Amino acid sequence: MSELILGLETSCDETAAALITADGAVLSNVISSQADLHARFGGVVPEVASRRHLELVEPVVSEALVEAEATLSDVAKIGVTQGPGLVGALLVGLSYAKGLSWAAQIPLAPVDHLHGHVASLFLGDDALEPPFLCLLASGGHTLVLVVNDHAGFEVVGGTRDDAAGEAFDKGARLLGLGYPGGPALDRLARTGDPSTHTFPIARVDGLDFSFSGVKTALLYAVRELDETALAERRADLAASYELAIVDALLQRIEQAAEHTHMDTIAVVGGVAANSAFRARLATLGARVAPLPLCTDNGAMIASAARYAPNVSKAGYLAVDAYSSR
Amino acid sequence: MFRVTTHSPEETERVGAVLAQALELGDVVAVRGELGTGKTVLIRGACEALGVRGRVTSPTFTIGHRYAADPDVAHLDLYRFESLSPAEWADIEPLFDGTVAFVEWPDVGEAFLPTPCAVVTLRHVDRETREIELARADARFYRALTTVADEASSDT
Repeated sequence: MSELILGLETSCDETAAALITADGAVLSNVISSQADLHARFGGVVPEVASRRHLELVEPVVSEALVEAEATLSDVAKIGVTQGPGLVGALLVGLSYAKGLSWAAQIPLAPVDHLHGHVASLFLGDDALEPPFLCLLASGGHTLVLVVNDHAGFEVVGGTRDDAAGEAFDKGARLLGLGYPGGPALDRLARTGDPSTHTFPIARVDGLDFSFSGVKTALLYAVRELDETALAERRADLAASYELAIVDALLQRIEQAAEHTHMDTIAVVGGVAANSAFRARLATLGARVAPLPLCTDNGAMIASAARYAPNVSKAGYLAVDAYSSR
Repeated sequence: MFRVTTHSPEETERVGAVLAQALELGDVVAVRGELGTGKTVLIRGACEALGVRGRVTSPTFTIGHRYAADPDVAHLDLYRFESLSPAEWADIEPLFDGTVAFVEWPDVGEAFLPTPCAVVTLRHVDRETREIELARADARFYRALTTVADEASSDT
């Protein structure tokens, strides 16, 4: 029975593939960094290059098919990320999808990566129905979106400098937690007192964000401490810094909801995996993407493909990757 | 070598804008400095002066942005690279094609990057104040920057 959708994502660091059913149930969701495929197929030195996608794309797709107990003959549509991202990386997924689609006679649907994040909310038993207001917060993007239908969105606000996920990761490095350290900062912050330090978040006009100032404020707070004092206060600093970012995100999303007259708030992207943020969002009654679907993945791309038009075979050559919207 | 001190992000943007006036197609500007010194701020000033209309945001995660302008402006960030491999260079090389390019955290890319026409280094002085140093630059930049230094000193 050929009715599954294969989603393929190679826009940034992750090579990811997934299979979903025509009504949005996730059958498999394979992400290269989590699947031990690095050890089997990847190099020892982590590389931020499309060559790594090239090495992993075939094993990741195969693994996704195996885990879904499916074969290509079960696939009715292939969704693939077309942009935004690094063009070389995108082209690996896009070219692979075009080839597969051509050879196996499966319709192809190029998908926008940001639409993919939004579409992570359309998966599973409890799929969210538009309209809703969506905050997309990840390492590379921080956007406020109005989602009126399944097929797209309208941008009503965004960051003017650093993305929220970048603020978490760089803050973690300033605190000596390594990089990327978003998850490490999350864990450490749970043991700290968020009321010990005040990190002011810049107020900017409209529904925009600015996170570069809070990063600098943390830097100066860290600089004032010697090593012993920093060791004692690291958890408090982490908790206070995290609170500042979470407050800024929540404040803005609530303002945006009011401004756009939207009743439903949803949050997607890697930052939605932050536990303090998730807890606050729960009290707000907001919808949050399921944990495995927060960071880049193939299931969200397959989900977006459900609502994206197929490209005719004659049009394949014209489908090119794009670096920004 | 040339140094100028700025007292706000707006002043740092202005330095970028002045630098931009001296830039030509194919130029590469290396922008060095620790976290929070204002590298992206300076590049934003330059981009706006070069006619970029969209938002100039940090490319740390996305590695490279290409902004439409005349000529196009490339904005790269090598922060996430531990070292630059030939394969990684092949990925970012197209961003230098037909652009004026700014590269944040350029040091790991030294073996591959085109020779910069200027190396800008930003340093923390205190919370608001930054020292911006211009080195290894063509004479055209020094002429442009003397103007900023004169303006800055007349402010104080």
